[in-house]
Amino acid sequence: MIFYPLGKYILLLKAVFRKPEKWSLYRKEIFHEMNYMGVGSLGIICIISIFLGAVTTVQTAFQLVSDLVPKSVIGGIVRDSSILELSPTISAIVLAGKIGSSVASQIGTMRVTEQIDALEIMGINSPGYLILPKIIGAITMIPLLVIISIALSIVGGYLAGTASGAVTPQSFIEGLTSDFIPFTFTVSMVKSVIFAFIITSVAAYQGFYTHGGALEVGQSSTKAVVISCIMILFADYIVAQLLL
Amino acid sequence: MIEIKNIRKSFGHRTVLKGISAEFKDGITNLVIGGSGSGKTTLLKCMVGLHEPNSGSVFYDERNFTSMNFEARTHVRTEIGMLFQGSALFDSMNVEENIMFPLNMFTELSFKEKRDRVNFCLERVNLAGNNQLLVSELSGGMKKRVGIARAIAMNPKYLFCDEPNSGLDPKTAIVIDELIQEITEEYRTTTIVVTHDMNSVMGIGENIIFLHQGTKWWEGSNKEITTTDNKELNEFVFASKFMKKLQK
Ligand SMILES: Nc1ncnc2c1ncn2[C@@H]1O[C@H](COP(=O)(O)OP(=O)(O)OP(=O)(O)O)[C@@H](O)[C@H]1O
Ligand SMILES: [Mg+2]
Repeated sequence: MIFYPLGKYILLLKAVFRKPEKWSLYRKEIFHEMNYMGVGSLGIICIISIFLGAVTTVQTAFQLVSDLVPKSVIGGIVRDSSILELSPTISAIVLAGKIGSSVASQIGTMRVTEQIDALEIMGINSPGYLILPKIIGAITMIPLLVIISIALSIVGGYLAGTASGAVTPQSFIEGLTSDFIPFTFTVSMVKSVIFAFIITSVAAYQGFYTHGGALEVGQSSTKAVVISCIMILFADYIVAQLLL
Repeated sequence: MIEIKNIRKSFGHRTVLKGISAEFKDGITNLVIGGSGSGKTTLLKCMVGLHEPNSGSVFYDERNFTSMNFEARTHVRTEIGMLFQGSALFDSMNVEENIMFPLNMFTELSFKEKRDRVNFCLERVNLAGNNQLLVSELSGGMKKRVGIARAIAMNPKYLFCDEPNSGLDPKTAIVIDELIQEITEEYRTTTIVVTHDMNSVMGIGENIIFLHQGTKWWEGSNKEITTTDNKELNEFVFASKFMKKLQK
């Protein structure tokens, strides 16, 4: 039952990575997607990241009741949870909704209006032309968005912590700068590349194999979001298990 | 020349094409006619490989298309131009980009040469000067004509048109028919036109194939079609009162 779609998915990916007919046209598409996905998602990522950090600070401070634990721990906790989990995973879930649904509905519409057939007839490898630029766009831009998200999350944490008086600026900075394990950042980047791949490839798969009309395009895009969210969390667990 | 041998195609349990063989010569306009749902579009799609036929084969000038791998098919496909029933224009691009798209992908022409080619094609479909319009700004008939312009952009050896003049006014419909006829004769393309427009049948039908219930029911020319005693074909051709009057 799961093997049939899985096989189809793998075959589609195989077609996606065929040699492009003409790099110059692909390059144009890649830049277009990078702009759309990267710049287009900047706003929402900034907003959620600031709140992520703020909430983490406030809640950590709430749980830190013991006087034996220094308040500077809050800085470290905000930093590590942003890098390791919150920024890559929450951003990916939000982007699955934003990018995933638009990729699925765009490709799905092209399918039901025979635009994909038109590409095929011209002798163009349609999975490659339509999907490869999106995958490349996502796996280059989403890690960048995650880096921005990490930075803003820490800023959000700092602001919320100092504004509410839960932690002094000095001890937040102290916690932030001590005991940093650079490897956590690597894990974060690995996660975001994998999530980016999941978001675009799952959405493209759903769109590419849409049958029917407008109704089915809507269903494909819903399915794309649901499936990629589940896959993201699953991959999150696997990466954490393997790398940490 | 395109030859099809015993093409069968079913969707699930429903058999749409029940073994169709035919020959489509170059330099003349070949028409495929038949009622709605008789499998005309399906036949066209089987010929160009958008549907894989369940059995049978398609030959493009003696080259067996059905047994080709992806790369070999790509080569044949660059020689194919196709107009889809729903036009299938790329809606993220404007008219000029649509027509230029195959040129960008498969030729090394300069921008000016490509632009000239686009203008030439647009002129032929009576749409000169509409380069910058978006697909969403086109009327149904204009979409059809842009679709034709895109199909002929690469000077195809094989031209497939699925209902090129449905949704057009009678005058433009005739212009399009004549255009297809002209291109076919000028470049000796192998042209296959799916239609149920009787004006086209009478006007350009040098070789007509009538599909009925998934089989090739009748084959002949527009001169023979009015005099045939094939019952189903007569019902199809003389469906309108006007044509019935003409028949008498
Ligand atoms: N992808 C598909 N899946 C299932 N059935 C299909 C598919 N495509 C076509 N059919 C069926 O095949 C039959 C023939 O369809 P086709 O589109 O070839 O008709 P047509 O002759 O082009 O009709 P029209 O003149 O209305 O365009 C129809 O009964 C249709 O329901
Ligand atoms: Mg049809």
